[in-house]
Amino acid sequence: MEGYLLTALVFSPLVGALFVLVPEDERGVWRAASLFSLVPLGLGIYLFVLFRPHEAGYQFVERYPWITRFGIYYELGVDGLSLFLVLLTTLLVALSMIYSAGGDIEQRAREFCFYLLVLEAGLLGALLALDLFLFYIFWEVMLVPMYFLIGIWGHGRKLYAAFKFILFTMLGSALMLVAILYLVGAAQSSLGRLSFELPVLYGARLTPGQARWLFAGFAVAFAVKVPIWPLHTWLPDAHTEAPTAGSVILAGVMLKMGTYGFLRFAIPLFPRVAIEATPLFMALAVIGIIYGALVAMVQPDLKRLVAYSSVSHLGFVMLGIFALDVQGVEGALYQMLNHGISTGSLFLLVGMLYLRRHTREISEFGGLWQSLPRWAAVFMVIMLSSIGLPGLNGFVGEFLILLGTFFKLRVAAVLAVLGVVLGALYMLWAYERVSFGAITREANRGLADLSPRELLVMVPMLVLVVVMGLYPGPFLRRMEPSVEVLLGRVRAARLELAQPVVKPQLSLAAQAPLRGKQVR
Amino acid sequence: MSIDFAPLALLLLFPALGVVFHLFFGPHLGRHAVNVVGPGVIFAAFAVSLWALARLLTLPPGAALRLTLWHWIAAGGFRVDFALRCDALSAVMAAVVSGVGAFIHLYSVGYMHEDEDYARYFAYMNLFTLAMLVLVTASNLLLMFVGWEGVGLCSYLLIGFWYQRPGYAYNGRKAFIVNRVGDAGFVLGLLLIAGTLAGGGVLSFDFTALAAHRAALKPVAGAVCLLLFLGATGKSAQIPLYVWLPDAMVGPTPVSALIHAATMVTAGVYMVARLHFLYALSPAALLVVATVGALTSFFAATIALVQTDIKRVLAYSTISQIGYMFLGVGVGAFSAGIFHLYTHAFFKALLFLCAGAVIHALGGEQDMSRMGGLRRALPLTYWTMLAATLAIVAVPGFSGYFSKDLILEKTLGAGAGTLWLLGVVTAGLTSFYMFRLIFLTFHGETRLAGDRYRHLHDAPPVMAVALVVLALFSVGAGWVGLPPGFWWGDAFARFLAPATGALPEAAAGAAVGALAQLAPTLAMVTGLVWAWLFYLAFPGLPALLAARLAPLHALLWRKYYVDEAYDLVVSRPLFWLAERVLGGVVDAGLIDGLVDRTGLAVETGGELARLSETGNVQDYALVYLAGAVLIVGYYAYLVLR
Repeated sequence: MEGYLLTALVFSPLVGALFVLVPEDERGVWRAASLFSLVPLGLGIYLFVLFRPHEAGYQFVERYPWITRFGIYYELGVDGLSLFLVLLTTLLVALSMIYSAGGDIEQRAREFCFYLLVLEAGLLGALLALDLFLFYIFWEVMLVPMYFLIGIWGHGRKLYAAFKFILFTMLGSALMLVAILYLVGAAQSSLGRLSFELPVLYGARLTPGQARWLFAGFAVAFAVKVPIWPLHTWLPDAHTEAPTAGSVILAGVMLKMGTYGFLRFAIPLFPRVAIEATPLFMALAVIGIIYGALVAMVQPDLKRLVAYSSVSHLGFVMLGIFALDVQGVEGALYQMLNHGISTGSLFLLVGMLYLRRHTREISEFGGLWQSLPRWAAVFMVIMLSSIGLPGLNGFVGEFLILLGTFFKLRVAAVLAVLGVVLGALYMLWAYERVSFGAITREANRGLADLSPRELLVMVPMLVLVVVMGLYPGPFLRRMEPSVEVLLGRVRAARLELAQPVVKPQLSLAAQAPLRGKQVR
Repeated sequence: MSIDFAPLALLLLFPALGVVFHLFFGPHLGRHAVNVVGPGVIFAAFAVSLWALARLLTLPPGAALRLTLWHWIAAGGFRVDFALRCDALSAVMAAVVSGVGAFIHLYSVGYMHEDEDYARYFAYMNLFTLAMLVLVTASNLLLMFVGWEGVGLCSYLLIGFWYQRPGYAYNGRKAFIVNRVGDAGFVLGLLLIAGTLAGGGVLSFDFTALAAHRAALKPVAGAVCLLLFLGATGKSAQIPLYVWLPDAMVGPTPVSALIHAATMVTAGVYMVARLHFLYALSPAALLVVATVGALTSFFAATIALVQTDIKRVLAYSTISQIGYMFLGVGVGAFSAGIFHLYTHAFFKALLFLCAGAVIHALGGEQDMSRMGGLRRALPLTYWTMLAATLAIVAVPGFSGYFSKDLILEKTLGAGAGTLWLLGVVTAGLTSFYMFRLIFLTFHGETRLAGDRYRHLHDAPPVMAVALVVLALFSVGAGWVGLPPGFWWGDAFARFLAPATGALPEAAAGAAVGALAQLAPTLAMVTGLVWAWLFYLAFPGLPALLAARLAPLHALLWRKYYVDEAYDLVVSRPLFWLAERVLGGVVDAGLIDGLVDRTGLAVETGGELARLSETGNVQDYALVYLAGAVLIVGYYAYLVLR
């Protein structure tokens, strides 16, 4: 079992997707889909239990030749960078599936469940793939179901939003594909063979010019996904118009594919370029933090407000990543999880509100604490997590990021702290307009408070918010070895940059063909 | 020396259990259970804090109790533990917080007995006590920050407790946001400490580690202290961030007593005393602290002179008294500042509780211009409030006398004559506005409508107990810190000395002349006389004066227009920037415009390209020919070049 754990994890949603085609009535579909969304979650937890915390390298590696002519392998592995994102994915998909079964999806349930499970397979595959070809396939696989989720089950200008989403992402993907192919080609001369395997490609030697262009190719693809300002405008549309489950997965996991991409591909493959590009990315991150917060503040639509808050939060993550030190990167990884939990929860909460009131205009609400006390209480805790209240999960990530950033570039940390203030500003204001005050609209009276199903969905989130805030040790401990490996690569590159050795333009093919081996 | 003391965990556990109980079981088990558990857990915590205090007294001076609960954040070399440390300073703070808190909880049982939301109320109050105890017993600066923002959260929740009423939630949010601005300074201070120490390989916020490595922090001490102090001006409502506290008074009155008078708002003073070894490194920062304290003290007192809302007067009085505390720690008399914090906790909590008893009896009336003559109707309230007033205006023998006069004495001893003068004048103002409050509320003819006066009832027993106990402390609490030479002398300072230290100059402060020592008392008497003249002897005088000095009165009445200024300078531009510039022009206009235009261009390009797809073979052949010619031509050019 352990030998195939990752394969089982990636393909279990696909099996589930086939099984949801079986039941005849909708209730059966939902039941099957909910059950099958729990399978990956169970496997994910099993993976967490078996994961060896102090090991730096990839674990549970599966490697089988696939297209040997091009050095393409079916290769999966997990390490401290991907472990928790895998867990987060399985959790969020399971929760949003269970939530969606409660009435959020009114039509074509079977297709919805099918797409959601296929999406999960794509996400898990992209997180676990160690072969660039395989990664790219999964990367594309996750786009299509999301396109349909937004386009079919979305709201408002859903087609515009879906189209914008796919256009932005495809632009990035296309560049990445070119970059992947070029990288493999360019690496061939130093490696002596074609290989799409990431651990092998880490060892490739590239000229600075090549590295810069390749980094740019990857970076644009990931930057769109994150999204980094100013490539973010697809996000508010897609997040707002998507159905609740789609928004949860989009914000909770899909955005992290961008930040994960930087950590797994762009930075370790081209560490020298990453170091050179640090000021640029830090600047964009800081702009994103403040810009996202300010624009979020003035949104009249609650869901759009949450969407823009993602721009701000992901700015924090990017800041931590490009701090390129232990605290920054670990904080960024932690903040990815936090954002998945808090923003995922926020989208769920907004969805629950929409289900009851069929509007998301903030001005339509007010005094909801009276009619929906449980909902409002959960919203309160999640909001506090989102604004980084010390003692809850958001603070741990935020502070580590600030710390790491401060070590690297003080002015960026100072500006980011400003973003922390703004974060409280827009969230508290929105909360106040929705939950506090007197009930001014009759429609807000007598609403049904959280159903048992909705509580079931929110409780794991609340538990995580508190546990991850007070006891982050088990998480950080498992991340650290892999972060150290990544930073080791960066440090080596920094040393090279500091003392540029005159490298002869040697015939790179003469070098040891398997220089990637030692990475493993 | 520090020894492990496991019971410290109980200090946090009891209030934590209370929170869980009220949230999950309170609404189901009913009011009676909540009324027992709510104050019960705090009394239990109080007992633990006394236990810790007693344990400390048996140990040699300078000892501390500690308990590491778990490792909190660890990344790279950076490690912060969830650990408690209780030295003399923390023990005093914990005892004050849980002791005063316990009686305010008890009082709340009576005060909130008609409110449907009692479980939520006690959940917030217990949570507040928990956060406050974390704040004062944290062994490191980061954990202290957890308590620091935690109390801010509870303040936010409790100010807006009656969230249905218009504007209440806004006031809560105002408090949170203003505090967040201050906390941004606090976080930057933390970062600057870490950034400085990291160079030496130390990545810790432990107070003991910071004290041990203070030499390394010397170059940045001034900046660090000022940044942290910015956080303190938010939390403790000092210039420039005091604006939230008067508005915080819309919360239930026991909340004002506990959070916005006795405990939370003094956290800034505690922080400075806790980090006295850092502040001692930067005389400039200390001077800023002292100056801000003295100025705040003075300005807040002037505003209090004209307010008619009984709680607002007390709110400005709180700001003013905390100003004294900062003046104390600012001149290096750290234990004197804490001494005033300690006495102030009793008498200011009592003042609020008495005001609450008045408001409670009058069915929500807070305007003193509609009170008067309540002395006979509410005798217990009157006498306890008078005791607290005598304490705050520093009548010799009452608690405030020992602490406030000590601060002024140390100020003069430290050579800060101007600040001392400001403090003395403020003492006169304090006396004036406090007696004004007493006279307007309790003396003279009643201004209550109809026959309401005859139906007034004094506080019920559960509230009365709290009033009496706090009154006893308001009178007597100061006796632990007598001037040197009298009986046991300043036992309080001796106990705190190892934890708060003292600047050498302040310790050896020049002897203060007898006249100077008498000055605050003279100022107090003057204030009393003027208040008597204005509000008892010639009650028409205030209105006449207000009319004659209309601009001055308006300036004070509108609190120097500071709120309006912030609105104009900060809020409006920020919203304009966000709404018009970023949201409108940049996001929707520039970026999305570009995106949509790109989309349009692609579409148009596609349409244009489609034109070439004519389906006519001859057209294709022509294009083919043209392409071939171009390619051949290109190679021909290369070859023939």
